[in-house]
Amino acid sequence: MTTVEEQLFMTEKEELISGSEAVAIACALADVDVITAYPIRPYDTVMQYVSQLKANGAFDCDFIVAESEHSQFEIVKHASSVGARTFCGSSGVGWFYAFEAIAVTAGLRLPVVAMVGNRALDDPGAFGVEHNDALAVRDLGWMLYWVATAQEALDMALMAWRIAEDPRAFLPMALSCDGSFLTHSQAIVNVPTQEQVNKFLPGYQRGQMQLHPDNPITVAPQVNEDWLMEIRRQSNEAMSRTPGVIKEVYEEFKQVFGRGDPSPFLEEYMTDDDPDIILMGMGTLALPVRVAIRRMREQGKKVGFVRLKFFRPFATEEVQEALSGAKAVAVIDRDYSFGSPSSGGVLFNEVRAALYPLEKRPHVVNFIAGLGGREVRVRDVEEMVETTQKAIDTGKVEQECNWIGVRE
Amino acid sequence: MTLVRDLPQVRGVKNIPIQEGFTSGHRTCQGCESALTMRLMIKAAGPRTIVVGSTGCMYVANTTYYSTPWVVPWMHTQLGSSGAAATGTAAGLASMMRKGKMKDEPINVIAFCGDGGGVDMGLAGISAALQHEEYNLLILCYDNESYANTDIQVSGSSPWGANSTFSPPGKVHRIMNRRWKKNTAPMLAAGHPSCRYVATACASYGLDFTNKIRRALTIGGPTFIHVIDPCPKGWDYDPKYSHELGMLAVETGLWVQYEIADGELTLSGPSRAIQSGVRARKPVQDYLQRQGRFAHLTEEDLQFFQQRVDESWDDWWLPGVVPFKRPEEE
Repeated sequence: MTTVEEQLFMTEKEELISGSEAVAIACALADVDVITAYPIRPYDTVMQYVSQLKANGAFDCDFIVAESEHSQFEIVKHASSVGARTFCGSSGVGWFYAFEAIAVTAGLRLPVVAMVGNRALDDPGAFGVEHNDALAVRDLGWMLYWVATAQEALDMALMAWRIAEDPRAFLPMALSCDGSFLTHSQAIVNVPTQEQVNKFLPGYQRGQMQLHPDNPITVAPQVNEDWLMEIRRQSNEAMSRTPGVIKEVYEEFKQVFGRGDPSPFLEEYMTDDDPDIILMGMGTLALPVRVAIRRMREQGKKVGFVRLKFFRPFATEEVQEALSGAKAVAVIDRDYSFGSPSSGGVLFNEVRAALYPLEKRPHVVNFIAGLGGREVRVRDVEEMVETTQKAIDTGKVEQECNWIGVRE
Repeated sequence: MTLVRDLPQVRGVKNIPIQEGFTSGHRTCQGCESALTMRLMIKAAGPRTIVVGSTGCMYVANTTYYSTPWVVPWMHTQLGSSGAAATGTAAGLASMMRKGKMKDEPINVIAFCGDGGGVDMGLAGISAALQHEEYNLLILCYDNESYANTDIQVSGSSPWGANSTFSPPGKVHRIMNRRWKKNTAPMLAAGHPSCRYVATACASYGLDFTNKIRRALTIGGPTFIHVIDPCPKGWDYDPKYSHELGMLAVETGLWVQYEIADGELTLSGPSRAIQSGVRARKPVQDYLQRQGRFAHLTEEDLQFFQQRVDESWDDWWLPGVVPFKRPEEE
């Protein structure tokens, strides 16, 4: 007779689970070898589920509770160097505590997969979502994906190992999951079978880069000015290859599992009729934005939404194509970048830079909203659209960066 | 639990394996005892070994791109990461071997760190690594008593009063380093019942060191060895005296050589002779006055230094090892 755990992934089924639980199930399905944990809210729920899955025999992994986030990320980095499939994660300042390890993991081209439960960088104390934690690694060679639903968390986690471990990439990947809104909120998720996953996800082969007595290489020697520039260039080229890998993997995922969007990089909502205003944002704020758009459409307003899924690699051409038809773009940042151009958010300045080469550029207006986990309400979105409409009406952007829902 | 490689003890210095795992290509200073430590370490461990080295002299001076001296697989890890690096490497191997993704065979995992990386920054990580009984790993701390690679700065393992670029004797303050050297190996042994082997050693006693490496790797589980490495640049002496200074550190009773295997403490070499009263300790000034880093010490300073060392032998419960006062006899 088979046990409950053995039956777990024998049949495809629907379950009511949170984003964190979905990622934990993906770890089991992907047969991850080494997983490291250290507690910090809200990401740590994923490790609670991982430890339960291991305790109940759903899968076999070395689950190590480290003594700090720095060690947590160093352990998986080294496990990955000997050829083990790895997973770890963190939130907010915990992610920053691991920053040194995070930087070198990308520098060494090790395909670690991590989950970031996006959280404000306290002090002052705050558990809620802000995107500044994950965004801080945007220049280092990590692929960064912003998840919106629990289903997407599971699917993208499975794809993450496949993409990161592709020798054309060999780059780490982080799944950014909005704290609470995704990590703790439950939704119906279709859990695939082990058979389906095995068909899609091969084992990790480190090849000639594997650290092993049969392959006595020296990894990360002192290169200094002699070679560092060439090595940085190689990382840049690896990152430039990732969009191709991502498209390939995404198409195959759709074939095996029968779900997915037209594009792995963007999710477009009500943009078919070239709306005047396109809102753009990342993560779970897609939900209130979609509701607001439906309401405004009922009132005859031509508004659409583009959700950016991969922040790194940034799909420049896709973003240009999706936004070039609009008269104005409203970029919603759940982050800040003090002292940046126009004092705008990180996403805003990236999007604005991506649109600059276009001959006919839309106005770009920035909205900082939902910091520290504050709710982005439907009427907040309506306010953003009103402000953006003014730019269209007057032909100029009065104020480029607007904070939404702040007590003045 | 993964398999452990059975490395027999070496009887006599002539029987130390001839095979080198750390050869030409490194750029360490003349007289660098840490380079000798590395060479003996990998000779003892043999070719089925993965070495991970944290930032420090033995990274920066040792592994120039295209001229690595390491014959065995070698990887850099961050300054404070020797514990995590050893754990991650061992865990990756253990997991894949258990799950049949890799051939199941004994592979030694050694992570080394300097005193800056081990005694200071990486202490918590080493502590955590020593709790994992299921992984076979050895953490080797090569202690040259300063951050020597970054221009000789004082560390938590520098001796009291030592001149360094962060503790230079000045007109107002003669003694800038007022911290007494951390008692690292006993701290780790006492704090980690799951760690079956902790030892101290010195490359001046090469056979003793070789055999300690072998015992650590053969006993299995997480283990720790702390080695003192005289450093001509940091200690300011003629490079030809490295070997002699290593011996003097032991003979003056400043550096005590022992192993703690399954809770049993055994002193070795001159330390053992001192403990049993067969041999008298040499005065510490014989050791201190040979080094430029102590040139500013006054007569009173030398007396103070001697007195602290005397206390460690006369008053400590386990002489030279554990700094608890001996209980009053009833």
